[in-house]
Amino acid sequence: MNPLSERKYIIIGVFILVGLSFIARLFYIQVIDDSYKLDARNQAFRYTTEFPVRGYIYDRKHKLLVYNEAAYDLMVTPKEVKDLDTVDFCKLLDITKDEFLKKMKKAIQAPNSPRKPSVFEKQLSPEDYAALQERLYRFHGFFVQSRTLRKYPMKIAANMLGYIGEADKNLTEKDPYYNEGDYLGISGVEKTYEKVLRGKKGMHILMVDVNNSPKGSYMNGLYDTMSQPGKSLESTLDAELQLYGEELMQNKTGSIVAIEPQTGEILAIITSPSYDPNLLVGRARNKNFSKLYLDTIRVPLFNRATMASYPPGSTFKLVESLIGQQEGVLTPETRYPCSAGYAPLGGHPKCEVHASPLALFDAIGHSCNSYFSYVFKSIIENKKYNDTYVAFEAWRNIALSFNIGRKTNSDLANELRGNIPSIKYYDKVFGKGSWKASTVISLGIGQAEMGITPLQNANVVSIIANKGWYYIPHIVKAIGDNPNDTTLNRFKVKRYTAITDTSIYNNVIEGMSHVTESGTAHLLKIEGVEYCAKTGTAENPHGRDHSVFVAFAPKNNPKIAIAVLVENAGWGASWAGPIATLMMEKYLNQVVVRKDLEKKMMEANLIDQPKWVDPKKKKK
Amino acid sequence: MERRASNNIFSDVDWVTVLLYLVLVTMGWLNIYSAVYNEDHHVITDMTQKYGKQMLWIGTSLLLALIILIIDEKFYTAFAYLIYGIFLLACIAVPFLGREVKGSRSWFRFGDFGIQPAEFMKFAANLAIAKFLSNQHIKIADYRNTIITLLIIGLPLIVIKVLQDETGLAIVFVAFIFTLYREGLSVNYLLLGFLAIVLFILALLVNNIYLFIIIGSLCVVASLFIRRTRKNLFAIALIGLIACGMVKGTSTVYEHMEAHQKIRIDVLLGRGTVDLKKEGYNVNQAKIAIGSGGFAGKGYLNGTQTKYDFVPEQDTDFIFCTVGEEWGFLGSSLVIILELALILKVIFMAERQRSAFSRIYGYGVASVLFFHLTINVGMTIGLAPVIGIPLPFFSYGGSSLWSFTILLFIFIKLDSHRLSILR
Repeated sequence: MNPLSERKYIIIGVFILVGLSFIARLFYIQVIDDSYKLDARNQAFRYTTEFPVRGYIYDRKHKLLVYNEAAYDLMVTPKEVKDLDTVDFCKLLDITKDEFLKKMKKAIQAPNSPRKPSVFEKQLSPEDYAALQERLYRFHGFFVQSRTLRKYPMKIAANMLGYIGEADKNLTEKDPYYNEGDYLGISGVEKTYEKVLRGKKGMHILMVDVNNSPKGSYMNGLYDTMSQPGKSLESTLDAELQLYGEELMQNKTGSIVAIEPQTGEILAIITSPSYDPNLLVGRARNKNFSKLYLDTIRVPLFNRATMASYPPGSTFKLVESLIGQQEGVLTPETRYPCSAGYAPLGGHPKCEVHASPLALFDAIGHSCNSYFSYVFKSIIENKKYNDTYVAFEAWRNIALSFNIGRKTNSDLANELRGNIPSIKYYDKVFGKGSWKASTVISLGIGQAEMGITPLQNANVVSIIANKGWYYIPHIVKAIGDNPNDTTLNRFKVKRYTAITDTSIYNNVIEGMSHVTESGTAHLLKIEGVEYCAKTGTAENPHGRDHSVFVAFAPKNNPKIAIAVLVENAGWGASWAGPIATLMMEKYLNQVVVRKDLEKKMMEANLIDQPKWVDPKKKKK
Repeated sequence: MERRASNNIFSDVDWVTVLLYLVLVTMGWLNIYSAVYNEDHHVITDMTQKYGKQMLWIGTSLLLALIILIIDEKFYTAFAYLIYGIFLLACIAVPFLGREVKGSRSWFRFGDFGIQPAEFMKFAANLAIAKFLSNQHIKIADYRNTIITLLIIGLPLIVIKVLQDETGLAIVFVAFIFTLYREGLSVNYLLLGFLAIVLFILALLVNNIYLFIIIGSLCVVASLFIRRTRKNLFAIALIGLIACGMVKGTSTVYEHMEAHQKIRIDVLLGRGTVDLKKEGYNVNQAKIAIGSGGFAGKGYLNGTQTKYDFVPEQDTDFIFCTVGEEWGFLGSSLVIILELALILKVIFMAERQRSAFSRIYGYGVASVLFFHLTINVGMTIGLAPVIGIPLPFFSYGGSSLWSFTILLFIFIKLDSHRLSILR
């Protein structure tokens, strides 16, 4: 054999060696080393979030309260920005070059990153968006993310509905569902029903080519997740009544809460001063928010209906009457004297001049302070307990069962507990064993340390209207058209107070009837409606007394229970009473015939009174 | 057998080789379709797209193959020098007569289509080498003949490099070194070439002073272990001097290289800082595309890196990236195995020739294919410098496919007459 032909083995050997080393190299970069896969994904994939449409909110008659409007965030991935015609770009967005550089710097610095898309310009108007969209392809690294903004056609119930804000770092760490900058409900119903309203975000993996232009979805969307739109809420609110209440309360400080007694549905929940909810939406949100937030005179972001605790004043005499009867120390025939005040304590608490002695119905009708001081004393010094403190505890427990001094557990965000002072508290203040009924006698007329929110007060009236039971007050009756959604289960349980004997309630209702017929509210009539009420004048240690009024109507088969409080307005019958009766008239009769009263109430400006001080802040 | 051969041109054709060829061409076509896939023109035969055109190239290639099989085998031996001369002239003429396309002066243009004569120079040179070396009186070991052979190879190399400035097309002629080695070229030349490459790389990576010291020490050590005759010592000293000269020469050669070539070498050797957005872009993107394919690939038409233009020239020189990304390790290994199988098959066929001409030509075919495979795949996985040469039968392009087809089928034709002696 030709010795040269041996060389073929060398050649074949070299060829095979090269082939094997290539295969080995391929095995390394394709199978062992994962870094290339990551690089590929970073280059060719763009992860876009599809934000679901937030659920709408309707009133009880399916009138739209909240809907959405499209908005467009201009996003930037700084690292991908190249060959940008800055002049043209700035002109289009109507910003200066300095602003542009500032925004770019912000997009690059932590918590943003040059590789991560972040918001360059928030919430472009549809017109700006249209102008930009046409030329967007020329601005590498920029893209538009569509978002939805809340819109409030009726401009009512701002505090009840609450507002939307952006998720911050704190929140994203607690709840990984949110990314920084995501919108979520911060207060009101938007907060309590956040999980229902928000829906579910979708994720799209978009493939992009070397020029960053989209090339369709990855694997035909196999790894994409669809967004699920948020569910709508059917509110229990009567938008018309709410609007009417807000008009009545304009230029006044205070609150109205109206509840349908048979269901616990909140018909209207007004806090005043309030604001146009549209202010806290869009590009002007931050400016408007700090303006509202810093308004310490009017405190428009403060929901008085659920977060302000006032002394119940004379309205508490209703509960007092119920407890007295329950504890067996009071009957409709029980009479106590009044000498323009409570004689045993030298005429304190004071009272108006009226016939004396009075029985229960008239005592309620005339709101006799002396009478209810006697009643309170008789409850606390009840022979059946043989111990003042045991009797006091019994009195307190019954009051608590009316959700006074205890959260109602409604679906309104940020509810205050209110307060009924405890034995422990008085022991601390007066010393153990050194206080008795006469020491805390003003509890009997709803003063002293007692505190109740307008919502709780409306609930108490609702309980009396129902004669002993209630449903937890709530603002949402159906979720996504489903009234049986499990989130609403707690509003379907009938709850009873510690007093279940309906005759006890009948006596109090009779007394409330006296209020409107011959008592403190006899001047306030609703055409064709017999209603029950109780006036109150809550002593205010910081200024003029608050005007309080609770009522339900009609007397038989009540359809509405209401609590009204107007701060620093004096007598219950002069401001809160007219407003409450106008509300009931509006709700029950649809038309208000007392136009003069309505006009007077709407035009009155009581806000230039000494300012309201948060008792909580004061305590500190 | 003789009778059958004269009666039928297809008898004795090596069908396994033809089949390998067809498989590779088809795979190439499918990958070109994926690489330049255009949703608006998704029919693979759409002539406005590169995959439609490639189909045309494949069709005409098959026609060429048929013509080659029909032509009498003696034609290739008889006209080897003439064919070489014609194409060499064409290569010289192109820069002056051809139209400049995208800065390249290597094309004759006919309307939409272009022809690169340099591509055809490969088989022409192969024919000429086979013709020259198959002469019974020629011994390659004779230095005069060595020079003539190197001239046959070197002329087109220099013409294409200097006149057309096509490094990729020119450097392929180095591949014939394998043929020459098989035909008796002294191993010393190969070792010298190998030494030159190693020293070139080392000289760029290691401080030259150290290299001089290492070479010196190696020479001293070598002289201790051999018989210290005058001749041996002289040889060691000569080799040492040559080595040092190569090291010194490297920097000179490197300095005289064009900027982009320097960069390509820097990228391959990882010298200095490589900007992945500029000079390192191609290789890095190629590696990302192949590496992201994983074991089984992303699936046909599902590549993102290649389809969306992250990889440059993914239909021609970087077609292997499409394979790597979409077919993964399995697919890319298969392509290497198939290409290598064809090359080895050609070597085995060459070895069974009775005619020296056929054998030498066969080795030329294997050498050229192997060189393309090595450089083309090597550059995409970072084992070879980036040199723009196609992957045989795979890359898009009429000239290259025609050229490879002619190269291979002349050999298949010669092989079908392996029992006769051709001169």
